[in-house]
Amino acid sequence: METATPIFVRNEMLGPKEPPTSQRGVVKWFRENLFSTPLNSILTVIGVAFVYLVLKTVVPWVWNGVWTASSLSECRQIIAETLGPDSHAACWAMIAERWKQFIYGFYPMDSYWRPTLAFALMFVALAPVLYFGIRHINVRMVGAVGVLLMIALWGLGTDGAHIGLALVLMAALTAVAWVAPKKLVWLTLLYPAIGFFLLWGGSVWGPVGALLGFVILAFVWLGLQRQVGVVVAGGIALITAAVWWLSVQTHVTGALHAAMPIGLPPVRSDQFGGFLLAFVIGVTAIAASLPIGILLALGRRSDMFLIKTMSVGFIEFVRGVPLITMLFVASLLLQYFLPPQTNFDLILRVIILVTLFSAAYIAEVIRGGLAALPRGQYEAADALGLDYWQAQRLIIMPQALKISIPGIVSSFIGLFKDTTLVALVGLADPLQGITKIARADINWKGIYWEPYLFVGLIFFACCFSMSRYSMYLERKLKRDHR
Amino acid sequence: MKKSVFLGTLAASALMAGFASAGTLDDVKARGELICGSNTGLTGFGAPDANNNWTGFDVDLCRALGAAVLGDPSKVKFVPTTGETRFTALASGEVDLLVRNSTWTYSRDTDLKLDFVGVNYYDGQGFMVKKDLGILSAKELDGATVCIQTGTTTELNLADFFKSNNISYTPVTVADDAEAQRQYMAGACDAFTTDASGLAATRATLPDPDNHIILPEIISKEPLGPVVRHGDNQWGDIVRWTLNALLTAEEKGVTKANAEEMAASSTDPEVRRLLGVEGDMGTMTGLDKDAFKRAIMANGNYGEIFAANIGESTPIGLARGLNELWINGGLQYSPPFR
Repeated sequence: METATPIFVRNEMLGPKEPPTSQRGVVKWFRENLFSTPLNSILTVIGVAFVYLVLKTVVPWVWNGVWTASSLSECRQIIAETLGPDSHAACWAMIAERWKQFIYGFYPMDSYWRPTLAFALMFVALAPVLYFGIRHINVRMVGAVGVLLMIALWGLGTDGAHIGLALVLMAALTAVAWVAPKKLVWLTLLYPAIGFFLLWGGSVWGPVGALLGFVILAFVWLGLQRQVGVVVAGGIALITAAVWWLSVQTHVTGALHAAMPIGLPPVRSDQFGGFLLAFVIGVTAIAASLPIGILLALGRRSDMFLIKTMSVGFIEFVRGVPLITMLFVASLLLQYFLPPQTNFDLILRVIILVTLFSAAYIAEVIRGGLAALPRGQYEAADALGLDYWQAQRLIIMPQALKISIPGIVSSFIGLFKDTTLVALVGLADPLQGITKIARADINWKGIYWEPYLFVGLIFFACCFSMSRYSMYLERKLKRDHR
Repeated sequence: MKKSVFLGTLAASALMAGFASAGTLDDVKARGELICGSNTGLTGFGAPDANNNWTGFDVDLCRALGAAVLGDPSKVKFVPTTGETRFTALASGEVDLLVRNSTWTYSRDTDLKLDFVGVNYYDGQGFMVKKDLGILSAKELDGATVCIQTGTTTELNLADFFKSNNISYTPVTVADDAEAQRQYMAGACDAFTTDASGLAATRATLPDPDNHIILPEIISKEPLGPVVRHGDNQWGDIVRWTLNALLTAEEKGVTKANAEEMAASSTDPEVRRLLGVEGDMGTMTGLDKDAFKRAIMANGNYGEIFAANIGESTPIGLARGLNELWINGGLQYSPPFR
């Protein structure tokens, strides 16, 4: 039997009420994060006022900028007419006129498709390395690069034949990324030769010959390493390849070129400039300094006296010398010691010294990673009966490199930005070199912030992407559950 | 022991560099290209334009030399050199000559083992001030703030000038020309000092050029000219006499347009020798007899080159001043072609 519910007892549950206004939504966030104490409130007000003052001057200056004018005085005239006298605005017309020089330097204008294609292929070559041959990422990346490449080539006014060639190439690469993403790594291996050929041109047989040297190196090394061990086999392979490169190659490639003269019009290094130069120096040095850095780090931890001493000496010497000194050595001192009239390219000299400089820093970063590994990992590798190189390859390095990722990427970002220092030896880097050249034009003399902002923006985009990628990689490789 | 090996290597390479530079003319001919050390970009004097072609007053001298030596003004490669790298680039043989606003001084000519073979532009350090300061002479600049580029001879000249006139100043140091211009416009300094040619170019690009004046005092001598290595006199002669040919051409009224015609019709014996119709002037320096005619036809005579790049009809608007020919009261004077 049910008893009658007293009238003052509620039958149904009340729905949850919204928290008071001060405890929810935007207001809560503001109260907690911006106005939690009187001091914080004051700081917030000051901060907002500061940001407002900065934006109040900068945003109209950027936004009202003039895009079409033939000189700075014309810019000033247009600004005075549209915004009234004594008003200030950017003169982006200078960037609009000179952007090609900022990107390509003095590269022949009818060949702009070559560095552009090389740049696009660089991403395709990087895709399997950066994303471990994961199919959907690789396909998306290669496809996106292909589409962007087409737009860029069309925008640069490239002739139909080259656009068609690039289209077929990118379609084929996207197909490869779809069918067998891991196979793209072959492009990565070939890329140095492809990039060199596209950028510098000349006979196609030169890069092919250089690649053959690496093939010889690989075969000799693989053939001998069982008999004589990894290091000795490596040495013999290197000597064999050097013989090929230094004495045999020119004859063979010369004969091949005489028989089949295929090639692109050669472009000289001194025609490189702007971001093209920054990327050539930066990417080459980054790619080359990582393996050298690993070897130096291992050398420094080695038990062999000579190797250890040489590694320590090299690392400490290079780290103790400013990069600018190295650049002056590349530009001035080397020329005295080389035989007269040797045409040893300035850019090549700079790349070599920047690579060595970066390698020393990378070595120390990786040594930090090696030191962070628990001793047990080394002992476990020994207990499994792995030899030194197997242990490094399978157990030590994967863990040490993972620990060192933030440091390595920091070094690379620093290195990429340091490429602007080459202006000091007379190369046309984007920041100082090209800016100075643009300002030497009487039409643009007196312009100040615009080129710096433009170049800074591109550098930011590049360095920020590298930084984001390193964060992705860290998340991806995270194996513990911290 | 180590030191002696090092010094030995240094001596040996210096010796080899000496041998190599014994015949710059032969090197240039064999290479088929003249390598000209140029500025990294100086308004009116030398910089690549938007189409990557080098233009400027110094550039045209290199092109004239290219025309004289190789017969083609386009066979010149320009290697940008900075203030720090220029003399080493020349001494090490990386460039065949420098034409980049380098001041002819005693120590550079002797101690650095270089040869200044002539002066293609007489410059000097001056001051620019705002008109409303009411100053008409640099000696009235007592207590002024002066924008000055660091690490240059202009800094030393400035100190000397103020010291010898017993007046004081506050330097505002800047890294380069662009920064100086910005600081001056923002009012960070009362006066801006650099070479008079640079001042004129800067003044021309200010939003209000009429409110600024360049003071009459020129406080230093800056004879700018082409530089070659010590010890290769034949090459030095070629550069010197190419410059002289351009000056003589202006004096005699030989221009880019009428050089062929003058060669055919002129009766002036010096013009006939200059243009290779009479005598063998060109062959005496290892070139051919038409060499100087080609140099003149590359970009015109000295006056034409001046007018086209930095003269009064250009936005830079430099007056000839000291660079006028001697017959018009200037300093530009070529020895006779005889």
